[in-house]
Amino acid sequence: MRQDLTQTIDRIMSAYPGAGRDALIPILQDTQEDIGYLPREAVVLIGDKLHLPVSKIFGVATFYNQFRFEPKGRFHIQVCRGTACHVKGSLKVLERIKRELGIESGRTTRDGLFSLEIVACIGACALAPVMSINGEVHGRLTTDDVVRLIKDCRKAAETGEAR
Amino acid sequence: MMPGLMDIKCCDKCWNSSSKVCPESVECIKEGPLCHEDKDCGNARLSRVNEFLREDVAAPVIFVGTGTCGIGAGAGKTVQAVKAWIAEKKINASVVEVGCVGACFLEPLMDVQLPGRPRLSFSEVTEKNAAEILDSVMAGTVPAGNLIGQYDSPSGKLQPWPGVAPISSHPFFAKQTRWVLRNCGLIDPTSLDEYLAHGGYRAYTKVLRSMTPAEVCDQMEKSGLRGRGGGGFPTGRKWKVALNSPSEQKYMICNADEGDPGAFMDRAVIEGDPHRVIEGIAIAAYAIGASQAYFYIRAEYPLAIQRLRTAIAQARERGLLGRNIFDSGADLDIKIKMGAGAFVCGEETALMNSIEGRRGMPRPRPPYPAVSGLFGKPSAINNVETLANVPDIIWNGADWFSSIGTEGSKGTKVFALSGKVSHTGLVEVAMGTSLQDIIMEIGGGVPDGKAFKAVQIGGPSGGCIPSQHLDLEIDYESLKKFGAMMGSGGLVVMDEANCMVDVARFFMDFIQRESCGKCIPCREGTRRMLEILDAITTGRRDEKGHQSLERFKGVINLEQLGTVIKKTSLCGLGQTAPNPVLSTLRWFRDEYEAHVYERKCPAKQCKSLLAFSIDHEKCVGCGLCTKACPSDAILGAKKSPHHIVPERCIGCGSCMEACPIGAVSAE
Repeated sequence: MRQDLTQTIDRIMSAYPGAGRDALIPILQDTQEDIGYLPREAVVLIGDKLHLPVSKIFGVATFYNQFRFEPKGRFHIQVCRGTACHVKGSLKVLERIKRELGIESGRTTRDGLFSLEIVACIGACALAPVMSINGEVHGRLTTDDVVRLIKDCRKAAETGEAR
Repeated sequence: MMPGLMDIKCCDKCWNSSSKVCPESVECIKEGPLCHEDKDCGNARLSRVNEFLREDVAAPVIFVGTGTCGIGAGAGKTVQAVKAWIAEKKINASVVEVGCVGACFLEPLMDVQLPGRPRLSFSEVTEKNAAEILDSVMAGTVPAGNLIGQYDSPSGKLQPWPGVAPISSHPFFAKQTRWVLRNCGLIDPTSLDEYLAHGGYRAYTKVLRSMTPAEVCDQMEKSGLRGRGGGGFPTGRKWKVALNSPSEQKYMICNADEGDPGAFMDRAVIEGDPHRVIEGIAIAAYAIGASQAYFYIRAEYPLAIQRLRTAIAQARERGLLGRNIFDSGADLDIKIKMGAGAFVCGEETALMNSIEGRRGMPRPRPPYPAVSGLFGKPSAINNVETLANVPDIIWNGADWFSSIGTEGSKGTKVFALSGKVSHTGLVEVAMGTSLQDIIMEIGGGVPDGKAFKAVQIGGPSGGCIPSQHLDLEIDYESLKKFGAMMGSGGLVVMDEANCMVDVARFFMDFIQRESCGKCIPCREGTRRMLEILDAITTGRRDEKGHQSLERFKGVINLEQLGTVIKKTSLCGLGQTAPNPVLSTLRWFRDEYEAHVYERKCPAKQCKSLLAFSIDHEKCVGCGLCTKACPSDAILGAKKSPHHIVPERCIGCGSCMEACPIGAVSAE
């Protein structure tokens, strides 16, 4: 694991030759893109290379909503809680998802299948309420749609299909 | 690959080539040839331009709107269906994926253009009906069901479809003035040549060849363009300060961190017409003397980022970016920085901290960014829509731009219309257009026969305008008078079923989470305001004496807290944070009072204030509500009417959702 991680970080960092502090956020974004979250060890490694204390990096990483410190589920659900979605009932949608999955936002289900995240706005306000599953946007949702979509994901996982 | 418009070499007198680009080559595309007079050369150029303008086409072209909103509505499947249809029929037709035309409520959109005929536009085209529509158009009949209209033929050469209304007469488009959105949804955003054919980069090369930076700033100031991202600061004046701050290195930044929930015009412009924004930032960089520019764009917009990357690479390849651009001596490179999801990074000093790799916290001002900004160097920041206005202002002149609009606000503004309105989408209107026109005419009013209640403008920094002031003519000043602000132009419409206290609570919850924590008024104040709103909107069944007293004091405290936060916060986020609460208090005080004193939510949105009951006449005793109830508050034998025990009910509303026959009601 440690060996792999070092290689991954080396590969990511090689895209930023002579990287300074201003490359920190892009590096963290690339790391998360690659691994799915920011493991502690990765942050330590990045700190070594950038000559930045780990505390400073965590200070930056925890400030931004994008960074996660827990692995993503196989299906990453992002629920939009923008104004337009709120007015059109996104709270109900969110509550239904929470009930269906049994997790709070920012967490991953025990089986590692689903992770849930609240985002400020996906920018598809005209289709409110909106959520996205692994980046695929689903609009004009009802609570029944949500149940169906989650069921579809579970089925896809059982049959081993990639969605 | 076919040579592009910038590679044209019309005859031996023209020395333009892809290896040595003529500085006049961009202007030559539309106006040329400039260096010699030759009618044939001019005509040859125009015929190449027309290929990309697509007024007429040689073979059928099918356009599908695949912006983020289009894809969300299923445009991806429509594209597949269209491609399958072409393969099946074995006809010579092409598919072009375009951005969003703004009519999100009609998505997925598909346009069809046949040779010699104007472009037809269809709404709600899914994988199911795409083939049917295409079959019928190819056979020469226009199916009326999904038809929106036909586009105009500027030259009048095309034979219009009989009995088909022009798209410009559609109620959604009729009252719009489309400048910034001119190309959105019409051109292929991944093609530099199409943008060039529509007159793209002419303004940039004009600036490089014949204007000094000071002249560019003057023209911007004269045009009266003001920042479209929030504050509305005059763009020309901002650039002038940056230009007059001496430094070896300056930075131009485009703020595409469209964090305001409810606004999506910046995303649509970048997805649909990325080169327009790049041209705008290039002109701005020249005007302030910056050789490095940044796009700070939200990571939540993957498609926009991808389009921007492609467009920047194309511009670089053609020498529109790089070193010594068109022999002018000006250098410019553009980098993309992805935002990491912090609303406060829309504030310019916080955004700069974020680019520098720090926590996105605002800095005290002065020094202003135009004097000491990114990495301590003079920097100018403009938002996407502002920059998208720049090329046309330079090309058509300041007077053209200031010919429409109001006294203090010139030009147009793009609004993102969403919420409880029939025609959701992007709307671009002249400044000074009334809310009535935007919401009732263009937006088609409130659906389902409900009554209009208010419109929230400017997101978490703005306020709401109630129905009695619908005739308000929107510009920067008029909105301020009503305690709202332009913000980035999100218009969220609310009907009688929306609770204004709940909306205020929603914004406070958002702001309180997004407050960066640097200054106390914002960090602590917004938290306290949220607590008060929570106490108002939730019913505590075991409320202690002092808690109800606090609730009563709440409204008074809210006003006082809000005023203090506005006056003492460090940055724009805090200074505008109380606006949604203060403006709902101003217009909908009766709703607050109903929540506080009568403990009732008139709009029945605040669930825990509702008392649920089961209609004994209707209930069939299926028991679904009993299963759904998390607090065992529902009693009743099978097949006989059930009953809710009020003392146990926590007001979650699960029973209402679970009831298949609607026997549960709330008061």
